[in-house]
Amino acid sequence: MSTDVAIVGVGLHPFGRFPGVSGIEMGAAAIRLALADAGVAWTDIGFAFGGSYEIDNPDAVVALMGLTGIPFTDVYNGCATAASALTQAANTIRLGEHRLGIAVGMDKHLPGAFSADPTSYACPAWYGAVGQFITTKFFGMKINKYMTDHGITEQTLARVVTKNLRNGALNPNAFRRNPMSEEQVLGSPMLNHPLTQYMFCSPDEGAAAVVLCPAEDAHRYTSTPVYLRATTVRTRRLGAFEVHSPWLPMEETVGPTVDASRAAYEIAGIGPDDVDVVQLQDTDAGAEIIHLAENGFCADGDQERLYADGELEIGGRLPVNTDGGLIANGEPIGASGLRQVHEIVHQLRGQAGDRQVEGARVGYTQLYGAPGTAGVSILSL
Amino acid sequence: MAQVPVAEGLFTWPSEEPRLIGGRCSDCGIVTFPFQGSCPRCASVEMSEHFLARRGRLWAWTSQSFPPPAPPYTGVGGKEFVPFGVGFVELGDVKVEARLTTADPAVLHPGLEMELDVVPFGTDADGNEVVTFAFRPLEEGNR
Repeated sequence: MSTDVAIVGVGLHPFGRFPGVSGIEMGAAAIRLALADAGVAWTDIGFAFGGSYEIDNPDAVVALMGLTGIPFTDVYNGCATAASALTQAANTIRLGEHRLGIAVGMDKHLPGAFSADPTSYACPAWYGAVGQFITTKFFGMKINKYMTDHGITEQTLARVVTKNLRNGALNPNAFRRNPMSEEQVLGSPMLNHPLTQYMFCSPDEGAAAVVLCPAEDAHRYTSTPVYLRATTVRTRRLGAFEVHSPWLPMEETVGPTVDASRAAYEIAGIGPDDVDVVQLQDTDAGAEIIHLAENGFCADGDQERLYADGELEIGGRLPVNTDGGLIANGEPIGASGLRQVHEIVHQLRGQAGDRQVEGARVGYTQLYGAPGTAGVSILSL
Repeated sequence: MAQVPVAEGLFTWPSEEPRLIGGRCSDCGIVTFPFQGSCPRCASVEMSEHFLARRGRLWAWTSQSFPPPAPPYTGVGGKEFVPFGVGFVELGDVKVEARLTTADPAVLHPGLEMELDVVPFGTDADGNEVVTFAFRPLEEGNR
């Protein structure tokens, strides 16, 4: 029987653009807030995992926090980096080696679409030279096919964005806090058909941190512990329709999100019908639509009705991306998944203010990114 | 201006009827593109060259409506950039992702019959025109 893990503190440096503030400084700010939330000191922390894309050594944050000599492991796992840091931190608690640890994510990206060397993704160099090594193009292809196969309209794409920006407007830590009309979203420049400029999130800056302990210790730190019921990471299998694929086999299978989701439900003994509040990877408007089905929250095609009927709004049957998701917060890769956990913890504690989902007891988070990596967490009171 | 392919071993060139050069696993039969020395399905290292069909059907598509970040993109960018289509084309034994010669939503749809072509997309440091493979809708005619 494995040890149950509790989250007893969360902290977040706002997401956006912060000239003159380094990623490490944002990470330290998030750690201080998480420590204060748990009512513990840095010197109480036994170990740490740090996630980042741009910062080679997130562990350098110890220079700002205190050189206590703790084991501090850096992880990078694409858009699932934060899920990987959280999973490793939870497993370290389960091993029984330490009784209090921290997972922190931080990043500081330049504006604009991500760019990289294709050969570092096991893709040939020509794939980048001809202009095909672009994540946004994959997202355009995937949702374009999904819309044809399952009868999703462009208006529903716009509704994802308007919902998440409405939620972001209620979140003082969000990057984009101005609501937008469906017409503005649909009328912005086309980037990768059918996805327009405002249907994509932006790489930006920010940090988030989570303090964890064995469930049996949780009440020493808080009256409202949130239990991490499952946290899983999966990579793509042959036949999944994935980003950075110069070719695909004729055989088809489900993506890594489906695999991570099914595994998490099984570990937690919780099903999609039990979930009260959800944070999904909305790199683009289409991703949120696809991920609703991939995580078991609806059948393919039902999204058209769910958005039209407002069921995914705060106050609806299944609120999704209550803090504005990636569309309102942007994506500092290393921090993004811990932002999702930060929001779920506030929702389950009843501390989400204007964004509060009444009576939320079970929360769910999902990350997805290149080159076909997904992470899922299930949390409950 | 001389024409050079973006990479050697990617497609037969020069040729009136170019073919994409894939790989086929001698143990499980899976076909890959481009050729690779190991099998992603059964992990065998017994792979041989396999020429792909010239015609197939569009499976998924989008437009690339803004200049890709450079590097790694080496084609025409900036104000001279012309949007292009990108899609997966089913060639019977493999789906290949490729440039499409059009990005017009009124033309492109899943199931559309496509044929392989070789098109210019940029210029190298020596002033040669660099060409790559692309798929053209058959309805557009074979110019």
